[in-house]
Amino acid sequence: MAEPAAGTLPELAAVPWRPLADERTLRRTAFWWTLTTLSHVVPFCAVAVGLFLLQPLTFPIGLLALGHAWVICEVYAQRGANVAKPRGPQPGTEASERTALGLLGDLVGHDARDGYERTGLVCEPGTLGVWLVGEQGALLVRPGGRRVHCYCVRVPEPNLPRADRVAHLLLALRMDERGFATLANGAFCGARWRVRRRLPSAMRPGLDAAARLARARV
Amino acid sequence: MSKLIRMDHTGHTTLAEWTTDDPALIEAAVAAFRAELDRGSIAMVTTGPGHAEMVRELPLDADLVIMRRPIAGG
Repeated sequence: MAEPAAGTLPELAAVPWRPLADERTLRRTAFWWTLTTLSHVVPFCAVAVGLFLLQPLTFPIGLLALGHAWVICEVYAQRGANVAKPRGPQPGTEASERTALGLLGDLVGHDARDGYERTGLVCEPGTLGVWLVGEQGALLVRPGGRRVHCYCVRVPEPNLPRADRVAHLLLALRMDERGFATLANGAFCGARWRVRRRLPSAMRPGLDAAARLARARV
Repeated sequence: MSKLIRMDHTGHTTLAEWTTDDPALIEAAVAAFRAELDRGSIAMVTTGPGHAEMVRELPLDADLVIMRRPIAGG
């Protein structure tokens, strides 16, 4: 297996077939997600409209078709929002969480640490956009703040405290942002509002703050 | 005093502390650093706000060296 170039994440050696993420690959990903969403939604909408035009009494079937299109969109957005949510019970003890939180505070500063305590996410501006790092994944709010890429990425160590998981991801992100976006598995890409409404209410201010930062970057 | 820490189930564990004028402490820190690398850990140092880099040798002038585990796509 080829050794990744200096300055890139060593973990990239595990995914040598993936092109290194950059503006172009992110735009392409966004385009394909939009196209996929349309390909799911348009046929059901066409069926609903077509049936109604042919025979208005078929409107219940049309409503079912529209509902199906709506559910598909919601399921995808839910998949995206899930990357930000903590999974399972707290892996560490209270003491280990406090210790890990102290280290995270040293890395990001007290304001960002307080933000993490409120939302479960650390806001980290990057060159590709504004990142929100959680313990099992990260959201990338693109410049302009309207589109979000959701990534699954984690530390495969079961007993790490939550804040340590975030610190792991944050250090990797800070070392090589493009490599981080390459290594992480894309779970969803779409409008910010679609992800926001599927997030727990405590996390939404974190996404809003990241969007404000991202809007300022246009 | 510089510190080598490992993020683990306790939050973090201090593996070594050293000062540049104490060869014995440096030797112990280098040994601990290499042992962690052999375990597959990755050594990181913060290089400014929002930036970090991986190191393969213990940077004796760094205030804090953090050992992390590899990450993976979920």
